Amino acid sequence: MPETKEEELTNVICTFCGSVCDDVLFDVEKYKGKKFCKLGSAKFSKKERIKAPMIDGKEVSYEEAIEKAVEILLNAKRPLLYGWASTVNEAIRLGVILTEKVGGVYDQCASVCHAPGTLALIEEGVPGGSLGEVKNRADVVIFWGSNPMEAHPRHPVRYSVRAKGLLIKDRKDRKVVVVDVRKTKSANMADLFIQIKPGYDYPIISALRALVKGEEDAVPDEVGGVSKQQLKELAELMKNAKYGALLYGLGVTQSRGRDRNVENAIKLIQLLNRHTRWIIWPMRGHYNVVGAGDVPAWEVGYTYAIDFSRGYPRFSPGEFAANEVLQRGDCDAALIIASDPVAHFPKASVAHLKKIPVIQIDPFPNMTTLISKVVIPSAMAGLEAEGTAYRMDGIPFRVKKIIDTEYWSDEKILELMLEKVNEKLGLR
Amino acid sequence: MHHMLHIKNGIVVDPKNGINAEKMDIFVKEGKIVEESEVDVKEAKVIDASNKLVVAGGFDMHAHIAGSKINTGREMRPEEMRTVRLIAGKFRASIGRVLLTSPAIGYEYAKMGYTTAFEAAQPPVGALHTHEELDAIPMIDKAALPVFGNWHFVLKYVAEKEWEKLRAFLAWALERTKGFGVKVVNPGGVEAWMYGGNCKSLDDEVPGFNVTPREIITGLIQETENLGLCHSVHLHCNNLGTPGNYQTTIETMKLASKFSNDKRQVLHVTHVQFNAYAGSSWRDVASGAAEIAKYVNSVDNITIDMGQPIFGHATAMTGDAPFQFTLHKLTGSRWSNKDSEIEGGAGIVPIAYLPKNPVHALQWAIGLELGLLIDSDRVVLSTDYPNGGPFTEYPYVMAMLMSKKMREKELERVSPYVQKATGLAAIDNEKTLYEIIQMTRSLPARVMGMDNKGHLGIGADADIAIYNLDPLSIDTANDFEAVYKAFKTSAYTIKGGEIIAKDGELVKEIWGRTFWVDATSNASIEAIDSDLNEMFEKYYSLQRQNYGVEEAWLRKPERLVMG
Ligand code: SF4
Ligand SMILES: [Zn+2]
Repeated sequence: MPETKEEELTNVICTFCGSVCDDVLFDVEKYKGKKFCKLGSAKFSKKERIKAPMIDGKEVSYEEAIEKAVEILLNAKRPLLYGWASTVNEAIRLGVILTEKVGGVYDQCASVCHAPGTLALIEEGVPGGSLGEVKNRADVVIFWGSNPMEAHPRHPVRYSVRAKGLLIKDRKDRKVVVVDVRKTKSANMADLFIQIKPGYDYPIISALRALVKGEEDAVPDEVGGVSKQQLKELAELMKNAKYGALLYGLGVTQSRGRDRNVENAIKLIQLLNRHTRWIIWPMRGHYNVVGAGDVPAWEVGYTYAIDFSRGYPRFSPGEFAANEVLQRGDCDAALIIASDPVAHFPKASVAHLKKIPVIQIDPFPNMTTLISKVVIPSAMAGLEAEGTAYRMDGIPFRVKKIIDTEYWSDEKILELMLEKVNEKLGLR
Repeated sequence: MHHMLHIKNGIVVDPKNGINAEKMDIFVKEGKIVEESEVDVKEAKVIDASNKLVVAGGFDMHAHIAGSKINTGREMRPEEMRTVRLIAGKFRASIGRVLLTSPAIGYEYAKMGYTTAFEAAQPPVGALHTHEELDAIPMIDKAALPVFGNWHFVLKYVAEKEWEKLRAFLAWALERTKGFGVKVVNPGGVEAWMYGGNCKSLDDEVPGFNVTPREIITGLIQETENLGLCHSVHLHCNNLGTPGNYQTTIETMKLASKFSNDKRQVLHVTHVQFNAYAGSSWRDVASGAAEIAKYVNSVDNITIDMGQPIFGHATAMTGDAPFQFTLHKLTGSRWSNKDSEIEGGAGIVPIAYLPKNPVHALQWAIGLELGLLIDSDRVVLSTDYPNGGPFTEYPYVMAMLMSKKMREKELERVSPYVQKATGLAAIDNEKTLYEIIQMTRSLPARVMGMDNKGHLGIGADADIAIYNLDPLSIDTANDFEAVYKAFKTSAYTIKGGEIIAKDGELVKEIWGRTFWVDATSNASIEAIDSDLNEMFEKYYSLQRQNYGVEEAWLRKPERLVMG
């Protein structure tokens, strides 16, 4: 078959990773994407779907499945409503309100990946910028514990490494540094790779702070596997940048120190801004994990680990994060949306999930489908359903619907759920 | 659904229509104020407003209530969220101390008798986010002002004196952002911040653009007028938060002198308190309010709002990113910053205004001086929420402006520094109730060019507040506690003809409209088409086709077409 010309393809917005590439194309006839990276293409291709709504494995109508789901949520003392990072804001908003109404716990994927960054934000704030600023101005980009080549494959081209803009006219105008515990694929594209010992992010950042401050004597000959000489060079590079960007990943948030690592890095950036301009930003994973935190922030004041059992929201990551709740056995039902905790959560959490009635909403079957009492398949946002998603830097996009489907959107499913809940609670 | 209302025997204060404490009845049908003959009096619901003050719903023309700034504030400050105002039930759970959740914002305005509030700084590329949050605020009408003063298109067109293109760009941008008017924040200074600098004077050159704040402001006023927008340029001046800056402010105001408009000001200068400092350092800082007041009172094309600080917690959040960094350095407090594509930036820093702190007390006094010394048809009451503090303390500001006695009492508890650095103690002026209603209703509506808001004339939106305050008997100079209490919670708040709050309790949740301004027929957008393509291709991180907000995505949009 001859290739279809680009003009004849439809512009879509990729709903896989936090890069939210909005320049990708889709061939509806061939059901095939163009310009996507491997991860995005895989999502935008024909995949196995959940055929129909099910209760205990038996196919039912959407209405019946939703009726059952509502019954489970209302009968529960404290249901957990978890996932959200891979759906659109409109659905998240309804989910937050639903959780409030049923007095449950709202938690989202950040609680197992970038939440330490949220805690650091609470401690220090975050001096950041949009990806367009990185593209336009950043003459030094440091990927710290992040591996864009594998996790956000088009990020380097579109925003951070080979991207050109206002002040950066050529790849040579930009120095790219990768700091990681192993030589990742991303390290290969860097001008400078600094290998550190696992768990030494904190002291290395402290050493850099000392060096930027001019307190060289405070730094020993070697920190976390990096020589003082190399640290000095890195500190100089940072100080001499016109506009630097530190883009950190799970290597920082999920290694020893966690939120303290991020906090320390933010303090380094605060300090650097007294000399020149620097920003710091997390490389967020799922395409709308930012929305999964932003929407509850405006609706109920917090971003994750929110309990409503008292009728008003309370935030406590150590108590109300999904894994804490599950491992304490402190929820008696769960709604899992756009996520697969059975595949990714620790055994102890999964063990409790298996004991309680689980409702799943997802376009695609996964491990969680197997243990779910009620399964509600949904349309895939970005292809079969529209809605708002926030790129990792918070820039909002309206992802598109270009294919008709029999599947209900997450928004429609949750809308009916909320309506039924309101009805049963006598709030209509 | 839309009941008819007969508001009976109220004492009406309606400055736009020249009504000062007259006993009269007001009739409402289909969301509008109508003649008595229009309603079937037997069918209409009667509200007994005997001995009560009846006024138009409050209009907050400058607050930060939606979008990435306030939301980052919430995310950064969970300690702000521990005040529980309402448990979930018939209404949403409502929480927040000064920073409020979206439902709480709508509920608190409604309880206070306010029915309209505008978000004063919308980052254009984040417009969709701002609108999502506006759509999450119940009870009130709203709109958002996108920020222009550091947008590269503006800098480029001003530098090249491409006025037609600048005009087209304003129209294009308002349509794309579903925005209401032209907000300008520290013009040029935020672009300079991308290099670590700032533009503190009107003649500082903006790096990379061969243009100055003076030229940006003048160009934007000129094209806002040529485009015939209902609201003027709305300016957060350069050099904010610096001793001596009152001179920059007056110099800036003078840029408007060659423009005029029959219906409204040609320049609105916002939260002037932060731009009204005399002195040369924080050691000898003093009030420049009297000089500013003198200038504003002497011209008829400028309006301002106060930016009154309220003692207690606040969160500074502005598009003035370099100022926010300075504040962080000054206080050592948390600091968030957001540089935004080629459009500008923003910053967020928590603060608390302490009465015994000389600088804070000075700021508090300057806000009041501005409110007292400037004519009531030129100064709008604001706290620049949440920069100066909560909007829920507007009643405090109202009562203070009306009572010298209350001010004297308050002066006793603040730093004595204000005695030598400001003229507050010597001001005898006490605003009348009429003037206070002007400053919170008719004036902000006029400043925004909203003919159907801020008054109770026939045809106006039936946004009405009724307060337990009898204008005919209240002694506002002495009974300031009663005044404060009355304005804190309305007896009735009526929005679009429906009772939404009564005696401080919510009655009904409703969803207001979002106004946006369409001026595209007054400019030739084709003139900038190729520029748009080029700039998006080169400097944005998103496609032009994916930029902006469609009306269909909004809950209740209302397009105002500029003729
Ligand atoms: S980088 Fe991410 S958003 Fe872009 S195409 Fe790949 S998966 Fe999609
Ligand atoms: Zn403001």
